[in-house]
Parts: sequence; structure tokens; C-alpha cells
Amino acid sequence: MFQIVRKQEMAKGSIIRFDIHAPKIAQKAKAGQFVILRVNEFGERIPMTIADKDAFSGTITIIFQVVGKTTALMRSLKEGELIRDVVGPLGKPAEVSKIGTVIMVGGGTGIAILHHVAKAFKEADNFVIGIIGAREKDLIILEREMQSICDELVVTTDDGSWGVRGFVTQPLEKYLEERYDIKLVYAIGPIVMMKNVCKLTKKYNIPTMVSLNPIMIDGTGMCGGCRVTIGNEIKFCCVDGPDFNGHEVDFDELEKRNSLYLKEEKDSLLYSIR
Amino acid sequence: MVHQDVKYLKFKTYLNTYCPHCKNTFNWERKEEKYLVFKAKYKGELIDLKLSPYLDVFEVVSSKPIAEGDILDDLICPRCKKSLIVDNIKCAECGSAAAEMIITAFSKLIPFFICMKCGCPWHGLTKADENKIKLKIPRQEMPEQDQKLRVTNYQEVPYGYTSELAELEAGRCLQCKEPKCVDGCPVNINIPEFIRLTSEGKYDEAVKKIKERNILPAICGRVCPQESQCEAKCILGLRDRPVAIGNLERFLADYERRMELVKIPEIKKRINKRIAVVGSGPAGLTVAADLQQLGYSVTIFEALHEPGGVLVYGIPEFRLPKAIVHAEIDYLKQLGVKIELNCVVGKTVTVQELRENFDAVFIGVGAGLPVFMNIEGENLGNIFSANEYLTRMNLMKAYRFPEYDTPKPRGNKVVVIGGGNVAMDSARTAIRTGASEVTIVYRRSRAELPARIEEVRHAEEEGIKFMLLTNPVKYIGNDQMMVKGMECIRMKLGEPDSSGRRRPIPIEGSNFVIDCDLVVVAIGTTSNPLIFQNFPELKRNKWGYIEVNPETNETSVENVYAGGDIVTGSATVIQAMGAGRIAANAIHKKLSGEDKSIQNEINNEVEKVSEPITVNNDTNKS
Repeated sequence: MFQIVRKQEMAKGSIIRFDIHAPKIAQKAKAGQFVILRVNEFGERIPMTIADKDAFSGTITIIFQVVGKTTALMRSLKEGELIRDVVGPLGKPAEVSKIGTVIMVGGGTGIAILHHVAKAFKEADNFVIGIIGAREKDLIILEREMQSICDELVVTTDDGSWGVRGFVTQPLEKYLEERYDIKLVYAIGPIVMMKNVCKLTKKYNIPTMVSLNPIMIDGTGMCGGCRVTIGNEIKFCCVDGPDFNGHEVDFDELEKRNSLYLKEEKDSLLYSIR
Repeated sequence: MVHQDVKYLKFKTYLNTYCPHCKNTFNWERKEEKYLVFKAKYKGELIDLKLSPYLDVFEVVSSKPIAEGDILDDLICPRCKKSLIVDNIKCAECGSAAAEMIITAFSKLIPFFICMKCGCPWHGLTKADENKIKLKIPRQEMPEQDQKLRVTNYQEVPYGYTSELAELEAGRCLQCKEPKCVDGCPVNINIPEFIRLTSEGKYDEAVKKIKERNILPAICGRVCPQESQCEAKCILGLRDRPVAIGNLERFLADYERRMELVKIPEIKKRINKRIAVVGSGPAGLTVAADLQQLGYSVTIFEALHEPGGVLVYGIPEFRLPKAIVHAEIDYLKQLGVKIELNCVVGKTVTVQELRENFDAVFIGVGAGLPVFMNIEGENLGNIFSANEYLTRMNLMKAYRFPEYDTPKPRGNKVVVIGGGNVAMDSARTAIRTGASEVTIVYRRSRAELPARIEEVRHAEEEGIKFMLLTNPVKYIGNDQMMVKGMECIRMKLGEPDSSGRRRPIPIEGSNFVIDCDLVVVAIGTTSNPLIFQNFPELKRNKWGYIEVNPETNETSVENVYAGGDIVTGSATVIQAMGAGRIAANAIHKKLSGEDKSIQNEINNEVEKVSEPITVNNDTNKS
């Protein structure tokens, strides 16, 4: 059993932050890794990327958007309540070294994960440029944290209610045009955002890493449900990833595979409401 | 006159007893009570014997008093008036004749002999006569759930033996002086002994006999491939079918569990050494039980949220009810084994950390990485590895969706690729989800199907189709990138390959397409590299499995042992347990410096412990 020591609602309650007491995981977790959690006996196993950790107090942070049955159930949990199972840290950590200037692009809840990776890059003494975006002002999360990590930060919103109006790709293209010292782009967010970022960076031939979020069960390479096509090879996201070279990822396939259970998601939610 | 104490009049009776000549049931007279009425000859005079099926005794209706120890001259069928006495079978003790009757057990006719003097079956017969009788008894099948009913639920298919059937089946064992079955068993259970105890009705002692060597009899009785292990060696198999050793093992274990006879042995001696076991599958559970019983303190590390490994995520509920696995694991917990769930060794803790904190480490993580065929379209929606399909359905209980949150994969025309037990499990699970058509596609012919015969039979009974000598070439998807068909090619068998099986060769131009909307790929698994990522010094062979010293199962790293599928590749539950047993012995030998087999020590311990318990029971009773 794992206790939720802190709960915080963000973006008008549609995004939730949990600090979970899991000292063993907190000790080992590195940026880019994820945990699998199961809320209760009846719950499903869902992967959640670690957004932050505190080895001293033994907590890990996860930030999630309420989209389906399980996340709705998690929102209903109060501070101090328990989560049945948390296992991790799983997956390969992000490869962080001192390489120079990196651009961190994040969208929606992807910003949560991004900020952990960005922190690691900053700690490795890189020049970090952040570009974060969301649909509207209220959905921008962790802006202050990103501000303190990044050397430069651009915020975009689709409707222009905060920061620059438009998508994250617009400021990114500007940077790619203007700066020649960019060594790496890290993009984490919705699949369509990562896809567009990769399209763009491919044009400029800048190495790009993305963090994928396919459907998973065990997270240890056992089920193969999370298989993704990287280049011409099939990889298991849980053990070979979750971070991959974005130029090789087949995003269309990932998108289709992730929508496999949309009907069941709805049924499940209905069942729980009833 | 009622003679309840006359020795020869007592023997076990059955509800339906037939005459071997006219095959008619003996008269039931239902006037006052339920009685079976025989005619018997006693000192030249016909007398009536009333037999109550519930009391196991005759009531003699006779004008002459019958003295204790007297012998009936004849036993006569009341219908056809023929004698039931068999000339060529004599009691070895008193030399008196034996009578033959036929009893039924689940609509099967079984010859049944009784000595006319001492009355009890088998006892007092010469060994040769006894064997003659035993050879006449057919192998007893377990009663099973109705074929139409079973595809609508997830309950176990065979119900298991009744005690009546179990004793009958146990009676078939010839009690060989040099039993071959014991050699066929990877953990060398004393099979003839436990069968003898069963035939005598001493189920409690029989199950103890099994548990001396095997801690998981309820599981092994269900999932071991006995037909290629102990039962393959049974001498009865040469002329008839072998003794159903697995079914008996299952019966005994179920009996013990249902009657709550499971006793937790008290551990006398504590050894101040700690053992880490990685993985809670059959190999790990065996190591843990063996060493914990000797006084070590054992901790099991399990990556998933439930202990049991393949027993909980792989084998479906209808083949191995999870309640049984939980009961076995509870037993280990009561022994004092600590189980740490949600702990991925290699990630949450590393093997190095385990080596620092424990005196020995056993790796029994299994071969958990699914193999795909790497053909076109394999990443389409609704194509699953058998691991994923079964994990969803079993471990995550998707078959109870939406009560459980994990969605159930839906498909109407299901294709399962592969011919092993896992393929059968997947296909049989699929038909239970309501699929209208389930087909198994296998590249070799029926003779090469690696699955257990019983599983293939069950699958066929449940309406699963077999498409043999066929191999998929590519998958065809619809615009939603969901699988809608599969292109296959016909195969023919060529020369035998290194495994001894005939190699399948594709027939050029024989391609054809079959419709399907869900595919399960069950063509095998391989080693999962997760645990090795931070542990490069562990020596592995070219397939990625751990290399061990076969004598001790110790790896190239000192005090790190391994066993089960991670050493051998995909194998059986009992083989993994055998490997665990070897490692446990070696660990004990090394850590204690004693050259003693674990089993001897445990048995001594158990005996020492069980004595005072029985004394206590007696005093309680009195």
C-alpha cells in the first residue's frame, strides 16, 4: 500500500498532482522513468511517468489528466488515502549529458514529465530552452517551475489566452531558424504534437527524442501490448523506452493502438457512475 | 437374526451393484428401507442377505443361526440364479473362494471381487490374483462439466475424483517393487506409496507422502504433463492405460484443502541466514518453502501485484482456479516466508543490492518475453501476444469486465497461432468470451502438437477448430488499423530437424486468406533482459538464458543461483520445481557446510514436530 501524502488540483481540477510515499522507488527514479499503479483490487494497471521525486522524504510525484475511469477514480482519492500498488521505476531513464543547447517542448500534461527531464538537463549544465503549450491559459501547468529551470521559456496557448497564440511548433520553428547551436529537441505531449515537432526537426535535421505512452499492462516486457514501431523494428516501450528517437517513431500506428479500448473506457465509466 | 459383527459379512458396498452374468442390478427392495437382497447358500440352504448400501453390513434373514467365522458356500444372483463365485481366484490367507460382482462408478462397469470369508476387497488375495483383478479395472476418468455449459463459464472443467473413484483408480496400481514412475517424476515423489495409502482410504497420510517432495500438489495434479512424465513410465501403460497419477494427486490435495487438514509445520531450528528469491513462480516457491522449513528466513521478490508468476497470470481460471494458488501461497506465508510484491529486481532493487543484504540469491524469473513472428501487419489493433491476452484475462480479471476495470479484448472470429498449451489456453479463453469461431493455426501436423493431449481434447470438445500445416504470412488491416484478415500459406513436413520433429516447409503458391478480427500469437517466449540490464557479470548462453552448473544450479556469480524457464527456456511447472529443489539443496549445503539432503532433514523435522501434535489431539479427544 502506498499513501498519497499530498494532492493538488491543477487546471481547474482537470489535472491532478499526487505525491505518493514510495521510498524505494524515489531512491532509484530518474528522469523519464515511469511507474505502474493500480488503485484497488478491481483496478487496471496504468503507466504514469514520474514527474518528480524526493529521495529524502521518499515521495514520487505523478501528474495526470482525468480522462477515463481510473483517472476519475484517482481524482476522488483524498490526501492520506492509499493506492494499492505502485511499481517502478520502470523503463530506461532519459539519456542526459552535457551537450550544449537543448529545446524542451511540452504540451498538456506532457509538461509534467518534461519538467523532470528538463531539470536533469539543467543539472547536467546544459542551456535549456523551454516551450510549453496548452489549449488555454488554465491548462498550462508548472509554468513557474519551468521558469526556474529553463534559461528561456516560451508559453503558447491555442486560443491566445496566455503567452503566444498558436501551437508550440511556431516558436520552435523560430528557434530552429535563428539558432544554429541546438543539439537536441525533447518533445513530450499529445501524440499529434510530438508528430508535428518531429516533422519540423527532421527538416532541420536536429536529433529529437520523444516520450511515448502506449497501452501497457505489466511494464516489464512481459505482455508486448506496448509494442511500437521504431524505424523498421518492433520495440517494447516499457523496456526499450519510453524515450525514443522521434524521427523513427510510427506515430499513426501508436495513435490507433492507443484508441483500441475507447468503447470499453466509456462502458467502464458508465458502469462506475451507475 | 442380525449378525452385525460377523467378519465376513462386512465389506464396502456401492449404490449400484451388478451381476457379471446377467448385468442386472441386484434387487432393490424398497418396502421399508433401502436394501439390496442377495441369495446365498449356507450349509446347503438358501438364505437371504439384505445389504444396506449405507451401513456396509448384511442383515441375514435365515432360519439357521450363522456362527462367527463361518463361510458362505455360494453367493447367487437373485435374477439369473447363477453363482457369483469365481473359481480361479482364491484368498491367499484362508484359501476360500472369491465372489465377483460388478459395480458402477459414473456409468462405468468395474469388476469387483470379495473374499467370501474376510469380505474385504484385495486383502487376503495372492499377489498374482490381485494383479489379475487390477488389470480388469479400466482407468477412471474424472467427471467433467458438460461441454455446452462449460464454454459459458470460467469454472474448472473436470470436477475431480470422488473418493470412490479415487480408491478404485488407486486400486489399479500394481505396486511395482522397482517403480519406474518415480524416475519419471522430476521431484521423485514416492508415487506407489501414496497410491497405496489412497487405496486404503488414508488420504491424510497419502497427501503427507506427496508433500515430502512436492509442496504444490493441487497445482501439479492439474497442470503437470503426467502423460510424458510419471504416467509415461507406468508399467500398466504397456497393455492398458497407465494409472491416473495426476488425477489422484489432485484428488488428495483437494481433499486436504477442503477438509482443512493442512498443518503448518513448526520450525524448530532457526538459521540466521537470509535468502532472496526473485520471482514467485513454481521454481521460486519451491526454493522458498524448502529453505524456510529448514529455518532460513526467505524473502520473495515479485514484480507483479500478485504472487504466483505463471500460475496466476498465465494459466486460466478454468484450468487452475486461482483460489488454489492463493491457498498454496498462504501456506508459504504461514511458514514465515516474506513476499515483497511490486518489486522489480533490476529496477526497484538490483541483484547487487540483494547480494549485499542476503546470503544467497535465487533467480527464478521465468522466460517472460513474448516472441512475435515479425511479419507484416503484426502491430495492427487486436493482435495480442498470448502473454498479454492471458494476463488481461487472468491476472487482471478482464473476463469480469466491467466489474474489474481492465477491458476484455473483443473478437468474434478469433485465430490463435501456435500449438502448445498456451495456445490451447488462449483459444479456450476466447471461446468463453463469446467468440463465434475460434481457430488454432499450427504449422506442423496433429502428431507434433506440443500441447497436452487432454488440453487438445478439451479444446476440440469445446468447438475449437484446428487448421494444421498452416502458417501466417501477413496480417490484413482495415482503415481503422484493426486486423480483419490473415494471409496464410500451406505447409508440408520435411525431414526431422535437430529437435526430432519434422520440419515444416511452405508450399509455394498455396496462399489463402482467412477472416478474423482478433489474433493471439502463442508461439513461445524468451528470456526477459530486464534483470540483466544492471548485472552484466552473469553469464548467459546464446539464447539469453542463464548458464548454471547443473549439479547445483549455481550461476557464474558466487551465491547466485537460478532455475526454471530462465535457465531452460519454456518448460513445465514441475520441471521448474525440480530445478528449485536442486538449488535449495545446494544453497543449504553451501551455507550450512553440511552434506545432507534437504528432504531428509525436513522429513525428520516434520516427524519430530508431528508427534507431539498427535499426542495433543488424543488428549483433547479423551
